[in-house]
Amino acid sequence: MDVINLTIDNKPVVVKKGTTILQAAKEIGVHIPTLCYMKLEDLNIENKPGGCRICVVEVEGRRNLAPACCTEVHDGMVVNSHSIRAINARRTVMELILSDHPTDCLICAKSGNCDLQNMAHYLGIRKIHYEGEQSHYRKDTSPAIIRDVDKCIMCRRCEMMCNEVQTVGVLSAINRGFNSVVAPAFEMNLDHSVCTYCGQCVAVCPTGALTEVDETGKVVRVLSDPTKTVIVQTAPAVRAALGEEFDMEAGTLVTGKLVAALRRLGFDYVFDTDFAADLTIMEEGTELLNRLGKHLAGDKNVKLPILTSCCPAWVKFFEHQFPDMKDIPSTARSPQQMFGSIAKTYFADKLGIKREDLVVVSIMPCVAKKYECGRDEFKVNKNPDVDYALTTRELAALIKISNINFRTLPNEEFDNPLGESTGAGVIFGTTGGVIEAAVRTAYELHTKKELPRLDFDELRGMEGIRKATIDFGGTPINIGIAHGLGNARKLLEEIQAGKSEFHAIEIMSCPGGCIGGGGQPYHHGNAEILKKRQKAIYQEDSKKAIRKSHKNPYIIKLYDEFLGHPMSEKAHHLLHTAYFDRTEEKG
Amino acid sequence: MPKIKLSDSTINIIKGICAEFQNKESELINVLHKTQVKLGYLPAEVQEVIARELHSSVARVYGVVTFYSFFTMIPKGEFPISICMGTACYVRGAEQVLSEFKRQLKVEVGESTSDGKFSLNCLRCVGACGLAPVVTIGEKVYGRVAPTQVKEIIAEYRQGNIQNDVKTD
Repeated sequence: MDVINLTIDNKPVVVKKGTTILQAAKEIGVHIPTLCYMKLEDLNIENKPGGCRICVVEVEGRRNLAPACCTEVHDGMVVNSHSIRAINARRTVMELILSDHPTDCLICAKSGNCDLQNMAHYLGIRKIHYEGEQSHYRKDTSPAIIRDVDKCIMCRRCEMMCNEVQTVGVLSAINRGFNSVVAPAFEMNLDHSVCTYCGQCVAVCPTGALTEVDETGKVVRVLSDPTKTVIVQTAPAVRAALGEEFDMEAGTLVTGKLVAALRRLGFDYVFDTDFAADLTIMEEGTELLNRLGKHLAGDKNVKLPILTSCCPAWVKFFEHQFPDMKDIPSTARSPQQMFGSIAKTYFADKLGIKREDLVVVSIMPCVAKKYECGRDEFKVNKNPDVDYALTTRELAALIKISNINFRTLPNEEFDNPLGESTGAGVIFGTTGGVIEAAVRTAYELHTKKELPRLDFDELRGMEGIRKATIDFGGTPINIGIAHGLGNARKLLEEIQAGKSEFHAIEIMSCPGGCIGGGGQPYHHGNAEILKKRQKAIYQEDSKKAIRKSHKNPYIIKLYDEFLGHPMSEKAHHLLHTAYFDRTEEKG
Repeated sequence: MPKIKLSDSTINIIKGICAEFQNKESELINVLHKTQVKLGYLPAEVQEVIARELHSSVARVYGVVTFYSFFTMIPKGEFPISICMGTACYVRGAEQVLSEFKRQLKVEVGESTSDGKFSLNCLRCVGACGLAPVVTIGEKVYGRVAPTQVKEIIAEYRQGNIQNDVKTD
């Protein structure tokens, strides 16, 4: 291995060849400010276009300043990260960026969470010496994401996410110079493009250029309407991240406080999407066993592998990009939509109210869920099963606006009957969790024996693509897991080429799964936060008294009282869906 | 944007060009260049075919098309007019010549007349600075053009005195 000796700020450092100045500096604790640069360690996600020039440093013997994020070290290099020249250049660069940026920070959706604002503060910018024209572009509002390109600083993080990580290919820099913007092809609006609304562009945007559609106002309005019964469901990944918005350590589980906060906000019933996750397992697991049974019996027409279908961005992805494979994913609706469907039938009946008088709000780590609940197939007489989907961030904002002191709230319990869940429902929040939950149930239903263990470590982790074989009482079941749509694409191409050996594949669009969702508190490029959230999810699972979906007493009751059995006609009608070829909606 | 339907033969021409460059995404600029020479312009539908053939995204193709001023999404006129805006031509009054063309044709730079006869563009130096200001129409070069001559030049083409000498297939 070639090693390089250099000094940074008079400190000697030895690094591998190919290391950048930025990485070398980090190893010896020298902080070099960055703006466009972003790296999620171990997730293979890195943005280093070298575009913003905030990270410039002085290198002895070099004529110009070097961008630390994309300049490789060489032997004998002498770097000064805070020479007067470097500091002045950094401040000038920042002023130039700000000279073409709106200054409505006080009322910007990103205020307090903005990397640009933080950097301007860090560099002590108090005056912008460059007055001139500012570029303007129309605002683009879609069902889930708002593009306000005037706030874009061309860091290209969203473009990297959309193209390299997700391989969706909607966002690209277009035009040049002062007129350049990041936009979909032919400058069409997002809702005409192949955008999946995964929201990973929002998750990495350093400014307010990309944000979710804010629906907190609408929720406040229905909460204050006495004619409506308003219920709420919360997705598993929310409880592992919400605390961060209240300065709690990443990975702190706040399930009880979350329930208490929702009750104080005025929701009539506080329920859990985890309950619906258990229901998903009943339906999806049964579908898996049906297909598997036919396959093992020699039926050549049966479609395998079965793919999970909980993630709305993933559903929209294959509808646009792999329409020939739309009969492979499970027909099971996502937990959010199963919850809505059951709430507006079974639960509305129990309350004795009309579905129009019941409002279902969901709290999701996701921005695509906003799009999902607006899909026509999830409406009855134009009344949606789920009325509003708020992100974890929107909920945090709502709690703050409502003057609720989150940290001092007591731990409270979910309401019943749609609030009881198992550990299997909880782990839906992380990559590998859905399939592990499915294995726990499918194994027992298939073998009629009790599982000897509940933790399937071989299905866990952060690798982009994972494989494992689980022994179903003598039948080896090959399982694949992909998170990030680029990784999903690889597995899909294998299936298309007839080379896939899997029986079942779990796909989640966001890196890390829902814990890394586009609606979660901003990670600001720190992958450790995602890992801590993942740990928290498994911790919650291990604490649960019941950890298998088919053992959830309220699920058993729901089938007894209402649905009959998994995949029954009623279940099919309420809990399953169909997919559409969207190749004509191109972009 | 209005949708046009590409004929099978046009699609095959585009596919042929992509294949010449081994359908490599890294050859995008060359593919676009050759396609524009062949078809005259790069409408959205053509970019979609190229994106598919090169396994790239339409957004990326569109990004490249809009980055380079050479590429155009508007069909060039039967007689493409270019005004040189290089330094020599500029100081010798190219801007006034350009405004006169705009006035006479009622189009802006980058546009074509509604009858499809003329398109108006700027370019940088054709290497004939001694003839500044220079205007090219198709392959024909006009030197020392004065704004007063513009009307006359256009009329010659309108009357059909000069034939199109640009090969557009």
